Amino acid sequence: MMMIFGIPAPLLFGQLLLGLINGAFYALLSLGLAIIFGMLNIVNFAHGALFMLGAFAAWGLGSYLGIGYWWALLLAPLIVGAFGVVLERLFISKLYKLDHLYGLLLTFGIALILEGLVRNFYGSSGLPYAIPPELQGGTNLGFMFLPNYRGWVVIAAVIVCVITWLIIEKTSIGAKLRAATENAPLVQSFGINVPRMITLTYAAGVALAAFAGVLAAPIYSVNPNMGTNFIITVFAVVVIGGMGSILGSIVTGFGLGIVEGLTRVFYPEGSATVVFVVMVIVLLARPAGLFGRAH
Amino acid sequence: MNRHGLFGLSRPQLIAFWVMIAAIIIAPAVLYPVFLMKVMCFALFACAFNLLIGYVGLGSFGHAAFFGMGAYITAYTAKAWGWTPEIAILAGGLVGGALGLAFGWLAIRRQGIYFAMITLALAQMNYFLSTQWEFTGGEDGIQGVPRGDLFGLISMKSDMAMYWLVAFIFIAGFLLIYRIIHSPFGQVLKAIRENEPRAISLGYRTDDYKLMVFVLSAVIAGIAGGTKALVFGIATLTDVNFPMSGEVILMALLGGMGTVFGPVVGAAILIAMQNYLAPFGAWVTVTQGVIFVACVIAFRRGVVGELAARLRISL
Repeated sequence: MMMIFGIPAPLLFGQLLLGLINGAFYALLSLGLAIIFGMLNIVNFAHGALFMLGAFAAWGLGSYLGIGYWWALLLAPLIVGAFGVVLERLFISKLYKLDHLYGLLLTFGIALILEGLVRNFYGSSGLPYAIPPELQGGTNLGFMFLPNYRGWVVIAAVIVCVITWLIIEKTSIGAKLRAATENAPLVQSFGINVPRMITLTYAAGVALAAFAGVLAAPIYSVNPNMGTNFIITVFAVVVIGGMGSILGSIVTGFGLGIVEGLTRVFYPEGSATVVFVVMVIVLLARPAGLFGRAH
Repeated sequence: MNRHGLFGLSRPQLIAFWVMIAAIIIAPAVLYPVFLMKVMCFALFACAFNLLIGYVGLGSFGHAAFFGMGAYITAYTAKAWGWTPEIAILAGGLVGGALGLAFGWLAIRRQGIYFAMITLALAQMNYFLSTQWEFTGGEDGIQGVPRGDLFGLISMKSDMAMYWLVAFIFIAGFLLIYRIIHSPFGQVLKAIRENEPRAISLGYRTDDYKLMVFVLSAVIAGIAGGTKALVFGIATLTDVNFPMSGEVILMALLGGMGTVFGPVVGAAILIAMQNYLAPFGAWVTVTQGVIFVACVIAFRRGVVGELAARLRISL
């Protein structure tokens, strides 16, 4: 068997892949958080709950309507995005003139409501969601065995992250978005409907979370707590990367997933805490975050 | 404003304070002492949290770490080493404070929303470590903690004996916080809350002040946690886990952030609610969420803040 640093290669690559998958979710979630924060100036604590809602939407579409994985991948983000529009219009839009902290408190409350409701109706043990038939099984890459679905998750996440980045950096919609992030009143004075843009930004951010939720559904069991477990780590990711940069949150997300995977190989006890340890180191060395701008 | 007595309470505050003392004395005749002790422990915890968010504008989302660590240390020293309750609780407060020093030192490097996220992340790290450390007992927690004898003399076995100890700790902590808020040190804290750049330009090292009050808050949270551990004879992962941080935030928010009595009222309401809604399982979480949303959207001053504003007094 091939050994790398005294570790069997399949184990090393297997954990790296697991790390990469976690990293994919970190990247998708922190990307959504960064987009929402840039435009709305709130930290969306409900992001984890909406990620969970995406997974549940996929499960619900499958069990009640017989809609399969591929359509769910499209529909669940749309459903959750539409829900995001309602949330933004009804609640979050009331807070823009207040301290940032209230946004965090409000979205935390929303997260509690969503998780509590789901737990009431579906229990907390988790519901199974099958891997679509096209992606079952695995491929032998020679140095490791790659379960097809896990490979797909990484590829899909990278594609969606790149598309999001292209939209924001290279299209006219993205240019308007970036301009409104810098100076909303000025952009509005050019006749662009900024409030609508804010609403749609929130919807897009939570749709990304829901997309991640659908991707996660076959890997983790669909349960009400799946979002909370992720979101706190994602907050650490956001602190490390800084919320100022889109590319920064993608890179940081994937990078920390890999770091976590490597830790699981070399020092398993530290795998749960390594992201936080990295956060502490970054705070000491570069308080504004790796890609952040000091303000 | 008229100030009275040692702690300089204004007249309405003085009245409210004596009402609270009277309630503490009368209540055990009507309600379960254990329930009341739980309320007082959480009220002290919420007051400690409010010291940060209400008076310095620092929103900590990781206060469960100090509360839970206080609970673990008190439980461990009382059970394994047979420390008397007063020493065990003090130890809980000191270790909570030491943890607060480390957290605060890191977190005050960033402002506002980042501060909240950093404290949350550090507390989560503390939670994961608590699942792994041996002395915490992992999933089982530390159970069957003896209440011991106060000063090695007075048995705390009976609920009423424990009740007076908890009442003493609560009132002492409450007055200490009040004293901090209304000291020259507290004035600087409020200046930082209102306008930090100006406080800096006046020559205050605001980071030192923030760190100091963060540690004070963590010490008091640790004492509250330690006291709770002795009341129930148990310290578990629930005490250090994230929902506990959320609960204390909600207590301060519901009662009124930045009011002296708000966190006490908020803690009483929430603990009562948990007691009566307990049979409904996850509806407690939903109700808490609804209260959060309602408070933030329509009721930002909280119960006590609203009352004080109506009566045009400060409570």
